[in-house]
Order: sequence, then C-alpha cells, then structure tokens
Amino acid sequence: MTGGLALVWPAIAAAFLASLVEAVEALTIVLAVATVRGWRPAGLGAATGLVALAIIVVALGPLLDLVPLHLLQLVIGILLLLFGMRWLRKAILRAAGVIPLHDEATAFATETAELCDQARRHEARLDWLAALASFKAVLLEGLEVVFIVIALSAGRGMLVPASAGALAACLLVACIGFIVHRPLARVPENTLKFAVGVMLSAFGVFWTGEGFGVIWPGADLAIVAFAALFLAVSGTAVAILRRPRAEVLP
Amino acid sequence: MNMMVNVLRELMGLFVDDGALALAIVAIVVLAAIVAALMPDLPLAAGTVLLFGCLGALLLNVVSAGRR
Repeated sequence: MTGGLALVWPAIAAAFLASLVEAVEALTIVLAVATVRGWRPAGLGAATGLVALAIIVVALGPLLDLVPLHLLQLVIGILLLLFGMRWLRKAILRAAGVIPLHDEATAFATETAELCDQARRHEARLDWLAALASFKAVLLEGLEVVFIVIALSAGRGMLVPASAGALAACLLVACIGFIVHRPLARVPENTLKFAVGVMLSAFGVFWTGEGFGVIWPGADLAIVAFAALFLAVSGTAVAILRRPRAEVLP
Repeated sequence: MNMMVNVLRELMGLFVDDGALALAIVAIVVLAAIVAALMPDLPLAAGTVLLFGCLGALLLNVVSAGRR
C-alpha cells in the first residue's frame, strides 16, 4: 500500500508539472497567433490540435494493452530515460548559466514578429498559416503531455491519476491564459523542468530495470531514492558549472 | 512531404537533444541488458549498472558541455 502511494503521488506531480510547462509553451504560441490574426484561426488551430491528440490517444491507447508488460516497461523506461535526462541536462545547463533561460515573453515576441513577417509576404494565406502554427504548437506540446501520462502509468493502472494531474495543469494554464491574455512569463519554467527531469529520469531507471527483471529494494519506494540521487548529482553538476547568468533568449 | 519530415524531426527531438547523451544512455541500457543476461541470479547487478551508469553519464555530459 505504502509502495503504491509512493508511486501515485510522484506520478501525479510529474504529470502535473510537466503538463504545466508544455501547456505554458503551447499557450504562448496560441496567444501570439490570436494577437496577430485574432481568435478565430488561433482557436481553430488549437481545437484541431486537441482533436488530433484525442484521435492519437484513442487509437494508440488500446494497443498498449496488447504489449507484454515487461516489454512495455522496458520500452517506456528507455524512452523516459531519454526524455527525462534530456530535460534534466538542459535544466542543469540553464541553472548553471551555461545556456540561456527560456523566456516566454521573448518567445511570444519572436512568434508575433514571425507571423507579422508572414503577413507581409502571404497576406491571402495568413489565416491558414496562423491556424497551422496554433495547431502545430498544441499537437507537439500535447504529444509530450500524452507521452508523459502514458509513460508514468505504464502497466501500473495509474492512467487516471496521471491524466488527472495533466488535465488539471492544462485547465489551470488555459484559464489563466484566458483571463490575462498574456504569456505566462512568471512561471519558473527551468525549476519545473529540473523537477520533472529528476522525476522522469527516476521513473525511467525504475521501469527499465523492471523490464530487465530487476527486483528493486523497497519496491516502488526505490523511485524516491532514485529521484534523490538524480537531484544530488544534478545539484553537484550545477555547483561545478555555475557561472554568471547567460543572456535570456527565446 | 516537408511537413511530415518536420513533424518526424520534432518527434525525434522529444527524445534526442544531445546525441552524445542519447548514445550514452543506449549504451548503458545495452550494458545492463548484457549484465542481466549473464547474471540472472543477481538481477540487482543490472539495476546497479543502469542507475549509476545513467547518473555518471549525466554528470560527465553536462560537465563536458559546460567546459566546451
């Protein structure tokens, strides 16, 4: 029971925090499209992206039940390691000032400038291009959310808690974005990516090991220990690399 | 066609950002698989290779990236 709960809360937290980051990134682009061309193409693109995501989930979801559990854990574990350690690497380098922090306000300005530039060149096709930008942002950021939810719940019956965490984050960002009509620049994105990278890497080691038949000491609680180790190593890396803050870029 | 290539590239980018880190992770997973196959009575050996291999690969990768 303790082991089960030890797995549920990290899964909900990881799904919530990762989805928060992805939803903020998608919202920035949708808002940029809405600012330049209005809500019609922005909303249409975003809605089409959500429908495409739903089709992918409905089509692929049942197929996962056909895959043997150990194989599923192994494949998902390796993908989680690649995905989580990629986030963690970037978060470490950003925290240490080696590469610039991601800034939503700058990303918003860049996207808006690109759309304005396209407007000058392709006025007739612009609504189509604007909707496509919104569609692509929602689809690609949404795919990351879907992957995280599926990966965190692989073979453990945690689809509902992980989905609830992701849905809560997306609704929260959508509501705030709808109210403020501006990119959410104050979200501590790198801290969130750091935390999610640590958790996903810990889950990745756990699933991959289970895929190889490893019986981890402490069962599910081992994930907490792995997360602590990843956090300690990442903190050490930041301390080794720390240098004056790099310039903020989109 | 270009759009499909772009989408596939973006999908690939979800998992691979730095080629050296991705390669190191795959190598550690393969090594852990070999250890698991050679020592079926000691499954924790594969887990140890996996855990400390990933931690080491991450540390080495970011330190070398920071010094470049």
